[in-house]
Amino acid sequence: MKPPLFLYLRPDSLEEALAAMHEHGDEARPLAGGQSLVPMLNFRLARPEVLVDLSRVEELVGTSCPGPSAISFGAMTPQRAAERLEKVRSTCPLVSMMLPFVGHVQNRARGTIGGSIAHADPAAELPALCLALGGTVVARNAEGERRLRADGFFGGPFTTALMPDELLTSVELPGVRREDVAFAEIARRQGDFAMAGVVAVRETAQTAVRLVAFGVGGTPVRLPRAEKILEGQELTPACIAEAASAAAGEVDPIEDLHADGRTRRALVDALVRRVLGELGSEGAR
Amino acid sequence: MSTAQAVSHFAISCEVNGTTVDRVVAVRQLLADFIREDLGLTGTHLGCEHGVCGACTVVLDGEAVRSCLALAVQADGRSITTIEGLSGDGLTSMQQAFRRAHALQCGFCTPGFIATLSVADPSDYHDEAGVRQLISGNLCRCTGYENIVAAVCEEWGIERS
Repeated sequence: MKPPLFLYLRPDSLEEALAAMHEHGDEARPLAGGQSLVPMLNFRLARPEVLVDLSRVEELVGTSCPGPSAISFGAMTPQRAAERLEKVRSTCPLVSMMLPFVGHVQNRARGTIGGSIAHADPAAELPALCLALGGTVVARNAEGERRLRADGFFGGPFTTALMPDELLTSVELPGVRREDVAFAEIARRQGDFAMAGVVAVRETAQTAVRLVAFGVGGTPVRLPRAEKILEGQELTPACIAEAASAAAGEVDPIEDLHADGRTRRALVDALVRRVLGELGSEGAR
Repeated sequence: MSTAQAVSHFAISCEVNGTTVDRVVAVRQLLADFIREDLGLTGTHLGCEHGVCGACTVVLDGEAVRSCLALAVQADGRSITTIEGLSGDGLTSMQQAFRRAHALQCGFCTPGFIATLSVADPSDYHDEAGVRQLISGNLCRCTGYENIVAAVCEEWGIERS
């Protein structure tokens, strides 16, 4: 229950951090807030030769608005700091709604926005949020920058499209109004990983809804069959019920000691009803 | 461009309970072990060592954090307050509320609860549900939380539901 031996680097700038990742590549792991990586070190599930501590790379901390209706988080922005920002609440309320469910307050004090997305835990809120909003992940290595769409970024449990020498530097999310987003999850205890969660985002045309489930598979997943049912439809109880049942049918849930597959399907059904019900009542005029 | 040499030990300087501490630490050492073993501040307890139980909670730069999920080397240049620094010579008023309400039995988890509560802003909490959410990151296996919630509600003037 103590970390294995490793060597440590603490770059002071992004350039130094990228040089370290370039030099050590496969053997190196970047350390963000450490709320997932340090437990993995303690359990000896991760055994990097070199740990590149990003906590002093100031360029990676901060929140900006690249457009009138978009928000960009530096990868090392602490979750707790983002949770407190009025700018986040007003530009992209879904972020403020979901952050309080990321671990406990003590985890969010150190845990970062980029760290959670790069870690890609299938039951984590932030990857699902990123996918539901159709966000963009910005990655850099010593050669240059890549912009990666959230669709396709998550390849499997704890697996992303990042290359070994790349660092996730920022995440850009479109601002979507409060009345066009809904989120619900079910966990044994506040702050635990969800047994299942669902995020719904109404697209600007108001005729389509993006639906994402998490905690039920290897990655957060879109629910295309349910989305298809909702296309161009009003969110009537009958339509919501049909979409919920399609969603429960199209997920391929994992089974663990918290819930078996059948339970998780039932949770997805219930959660889709809940989020669409909320969207429906918000959308009614 | 050449990078700095990766190291196995690191000289750190931090402030612990108001006193400057200079030490050379192994980079793999957890902050919790540094506090307990190198500084002898054994009021910080280690339960699970993977961030679940909250017994090791300390205050780092004004935020409650899990000291088993930070490396000692990361405390360099930072300020830490442990339960010894929080209570000083006597019990804080929250600790006294814990005592009055019988909010502890074995006491193993208590320093973590007190650390979490010490940096929370009471004006953010208006009801029992909010208090329960705040302390959800600290496990107690003796009390069933009832008396802990009662102590916090009493101290913060929150009416229990």
